[in-house]
Amino acid sequence: MSEEEKKEEEEPRIGVFICHCGSNIGGYIDCKEVAERAKSLPHVVFTQDNLYTCSETGLAQIKKGIRDHKLNRVVVASCTPRTHEPLFRSCIEEEGLNPYLFNFVNIRDQNTWVHQKVPDKAFIKANEVVKMGVAKAERLEALDKIIVDVTPTALVIGGGVAGMTAALNLSNQGFETHLVEKDNQLGGRLNGLYKLYPKDIDASELLDALKKKIESRSNLTVYTSAQVKTIEGFVGNYEIEVDQDGNIIPLKIGGIIVAVGTSLFTPEGYYGYDGEKRITQSQLEVKLKNNDVKANDVVMIQCVGARIEERKYCSNVCCMTALKNALAIKQKNPDANITILFRDLYTPGSYYEDYYRRAREAGIVFVTYNPEKVPKVEGETIKVYNEYIGEELSIPYDLVVLSVPLVANAENKALAQMLKVPLEENGFFLEAHVKLRPMDFATDGVYICGSAKWPVDITESITQGYAAASRASTILSHNTLEVEGATSSLPEYNKALCTGCEVCITVCPYKAISKNEDDEIVITQVLCKGCGVCGATCTNHAIVIRHFTDEQIEAEIEAFGGK
Amino acid sequence: MSEKSVVVIGAGIAGIQASLDLGDMGIKVILVEKETCIGGRMAQLDKTFPTLDCSICILAPKLSECYRHPNITLYTLAEVQKVEGSAGNFSVEVLKHPRYVKEGVCTNCGDCGTICPVRGCTNFFDADLMTQSASQIAFPAAVPPVYRINPDKCLYLNYGICGLCYQQCGADAIDFTQKEEVIPIDNVGAVIVATGVDLAENIHTLNAYGYQKYDNVVTAMEFERLICASGPQHGHLKTLTDGRTPKKIAFLQCIDSRNNRTQDYCSAVCCMYTTKEAIVAYEHDNELESYVFYIDMRAGGKGFQKFLQRGEQEYNIKYIKSKISHVEVDENQSPIITYEDMDTSEIKQMKFDLVVLATCIIPSLSNEKVSKILGVQLDKNRFIKTDPFFPVESSVEGIYTCGCAREPMDIPRSVAEASGAAARAAELVRGG
Repeated sequence: MSEEEKKEEEEPRIGVFICHCGSNIGGYIDCKEVAERAKSLPHVVFTQDNLYTCSETGLAQIKKGIRDHKLNRVVVASCTPRTHEPLFRSCIEEEGLNPYLFNFVNIRDQNTWVHQKVPDKAFIKANEVVKMGVAKAERLEALDKIIVDVTPTALVIGGGVAGMTAALNLSNQGFETHLVEKDNQLGGRLNGLYKLYPKDIDASELLDALKKKIESRSNLTVYTSAQVKTIEGFVGNYEIEVDQDGNIIPLKIGGIIVAVGTSLFTPEGYYGYDGEKRITQSQLEVKLKNNDVKANDVVMIQCVGARIEERKYCSNVCCMTALKNALAIKQKNPDANITILFRDLYTPGSYYEDYYRRAREAGIVFVTYNPEKVPKVEGETIKVYNEYIGEELSIPYDLVVLSVPLVANAENKALAQMLKVPLEENGFFLEAHVKLRPMDFATDGVYICGSAKWPVDITESITQGYAAASRASTILSHNTLEVEGATSSLPEYNKALCTGCEVCITVCPYKAISKNEDDEIVITQVLCKGCGVCGATCTNHAIVIRHFTDEQIEAEIEAFGGK
Repeated sequence: MSEKSVVVIGAGIAGIQASLDLGDMGIKVILVEKETCIGGRMAQLDKTFPTLDCSICILAPKLSECYRHPNITLYTLAEVQKVEGSAGNFSVEVLKHPRYVKEGVCTNCGDCGTICPVRGCTNFFDADLMTQSASQIAFPAAVPPVYRINPDKCLYLNYGICGLCYQQCGADAIDFTQKEEVIPIDNVGAVIVATGVDLAENIHTLNAYGYQKYDNVVTAMEFERLICASGPQHGHLKTLTDGRTPKKIAFLQCIDSRNNRTQDYCSAVCCMYTTKEAIVAYEHDNELESYVFYIDMRAGGKGFQKFLQRGEQEYNIKYIKSKISHVEVDENQSPIITYEDMDTSEIKQMKFDLVVLATCIIPSLSNEKVSKILGVQLDKNRFIKTDPFFPVESSVEGIYTCGCAREPMDIPRSVAEASGAAARAAELVRGG
């Protein structure tokens, strides 16, 4: 390579691609003009606007740009790096560039979406942020991705139907699997259930079949009366301690599935709940199991403690549970009078609507109530205002059954902290993306299934158990994997700057920073997510956040506001 | 013995997710899609509930990933025509229809479509609201990004005349000599059926609701395209009669579902997508009033109740528990709805600018053919039959199913089931 060629290679040659995102961006600002103006920015040798830069066509345009114009830096101004950065990185990588020579400029989520009502200003902002993105791109450095080994062993936390299903599947796929259950037996909520809708088989039938399959697996170890005590490490390489009746069992794990299930809401203070004459559906199931239901006039009330101000959500399973138990009573005592007081009957899909029809045909009476005029228990009768008839009905009862929601386990918080994963506002685990990553956490190597994520029934728990196993298998199936290279570092040349104050250790949310035997700061690259908190707090600017260096950020600021 | 693969039928979001999971596990996948492009129903949607993510924006990376995945072989315009053997060792025959445009050569420039003199070819993707020439692509971001010449309409293929596209194409991608091709695939460990859904309007006339009689009565899928930026109105909602901006829209739920005369089941997704459509329409025009006429509000998923509340409080949506009697129009073609208000048991009427029908999700019309070829049973509604406790297993061992092929469900559940089916297929392929 001649000196001239070498120089040409080192000289930044930046390509800028402006995405219309349909009309999400293009509907508010003139993307063609943004692309046109970018042409005059330093080192920019090619610009283009695309209807969808992320489409196969758009990606092909980027590659063509790299080839035709010898680009060695690419800037895409579009939606958000959260969803699209990996795609563009791999696109330029396929064309031979280091993936970190790509810079994302957000002109949708943080611009046209939030400034919809002032498109003129959004246009100015778009031009400015593109300018900043180009200034940073000029200073981007090639980075290497980090390769880590993977231990092909899975840990499933929670031995209910979801956890058992996930563990069995992973075991059948050939992975060594550990299943940890806090109770003294497997089964979780299945242990308390009488029948299972919509086929009305005994819950024990499903549970026994699952247990039997689990017992037959030599690569599947079950720990009952056990809890996960500590979790250290990272994707592919977790060090776990399980506490079983005081015995500490250390495990080396590649991927973790959370299947801890839910708790039941206790309806203290609702409708005279006393656990005897006014009980919950799960108390009714115990009675049904023991053949102990003597009542002839049964009234069931739906949404008790759910879909109200302090607990807004619908618990998903209660309508079907009420139908199931009403049918079970009817089967034992065809003369029983059963009334279900409901707000909206939740029987979605093809199988459940049939079940609802069956319940109506069996003579179960359905009466709607309005949340503003909830039913009242008065002595031996329930009073409910029915708007359809326009009158208050008096329904005699000798058993009131309250359908209460499934609520998040109180212990979720501690487990979430250990796993460094988030909970949503009701205390259920929060997945990486509600729509397209339903079983993943944002943290690699940790997965979620069953009612720990959101109340679901047995059928959905089973599919989710399989699904989480599939997701874990995508990691466990490989000997090694690549992790993010844009991480924090304490480079050799900066070591003298470090005063050892340990602020970075305190602030790191991923526990990636520690001190070694020589009292030096060490950053574990695989644990680091590149959030930058350490670099921002480092009083002596000793820590360098790769891909977000001081130099790069200062260049962006200067491009925007000048020196 | 060579590596065992998995054949996935249908490349909607379920088929795509199943393929990606298996591919990422290191298992070879053959993904077979009957349409010209992948993405299925989700690609047609404007936004998704309850997060209001732009549908194609979150789907597009998956489409690309699927198309570029080293372990996934994709056949579009293709169908499975024969399956033999048993679990762990199937032989499959894929029939690939000619596209008349070479994949890998076409640059998706669109010159062929522009020069083609034929007009009026409908495009399933836009719910047939827009027409194209005979050289078609479903939508600009379609994957694979390759045109297709409509063999029913092309002048050259039917009469041996024209050939303008062939002359015009700078990439030399047009190939009128392409023929149907049979691709045999041996050593298939498992098959996943992810055929997805069709909609009630594909089989019923929806007379009582004035659909196809009145232009201001549209289906939810048509509405979805009308409010979508990449749709026929570029996201600027106008009535189909006189181009007015509708100020009052009625959304009618349970159209042809929960009904003994048509489909007796619940479509499971309409309450939520209707709220989403009303929210999106309001975002286009803050003077809009939306009325949702429903039987039971079915919102059991994560964040769904909050979504409804947001719709009511911030987006001017009113929910009316009701039963619809019929729809007629006044002299200005404005629809008038007659309904029974279930809160007061009164019969009422209300006038709107536009009526949107939440039509029932029905099983893919291809399910019967698939059932015959694969030997899998269908349930009474023609979905792939499954057991509640073996939810991703079909009636044939080694053949799995997921998503709306087996029951109506929303996107996250379809994605979860797809991963679930992939897990089961992986067990079989790995000999577990």
